[in-house]
Amino acid sequence: MSTVAIFLMIAGVFFFTTATIGLLRFPDCYTRMHAAGKGDTLGALLLLLGLALYNLNDGFSLAALLVSLKILSIAVFIFVANPTASHAIAKAAIDAGVRPWTRKGGKP
Amino acid sequence: MEMLFLTIALVLGFLTLLTLYRAIAGPTIVDRIIGTGVIGTKTTVILLLIGFLYRRVDMFVDIAIAYGLLSFIATLAASKFFLHRKTIVPGARRGNVPEEGA
Repeated sequence: MSTVAIFLMIAGVFFFTTATIGLLRFPDCYTRMHAAGKGDTLGALLLLLGLALYNLNDGFSLAALLVSLKILSIAVFIFVANPTASHAIAKAAIDAGVRPWTRKGGKP
Repeated sequence: MEMLFLTIALVLGFLTLLTLYRAIAGPTIVDRIIGTGVIGTKTTVILLLIGFLYRRVDMFVDIAIAYGLLSFIATLAASKFFLHRKTIVPGARRGNVPEEGA
């Protein structure tokens, strides 16, 4: 169980790193939103899942189960809220007239 | 195991600093809102790791829940505000945007 938790946490850190590199290197705000919206959600999900598993590792008790359920509720909330926030930002950018990036600089 | 938690927390702090560059120097307001949201997600995880390091997860998990909720509401409120303000790209009207700077 602890090995699975360590594996999940390292995978989460990998996806966080990928999201940050994408956020720094992509050319415009829509592509940056693509990196931040997906990589960040998956990284947080994996890390919180690993933490919840590790919390149940040493000795089963009702308090530890409650804390693990709270951590899982944070994971579910992030899984719902992060795409919603990305959608709201993208709608604001489209309505304000930010054009998507193209390779030639022509019409998207 | 605590060494792993400390290492992950330090790596996430370093990534937060890298994200802070995008949140400060982003060319448009949209980039700044995205950077702030990413920092909020990372901080939620870092708070839980701090709780595991101090062996007080039962307290820090509530703080992490509150921080996650507030971060989501802040992102949503900022995007709604700038949706109505039409000032994301400087000097641009609706549907008429200059080629560079968008």
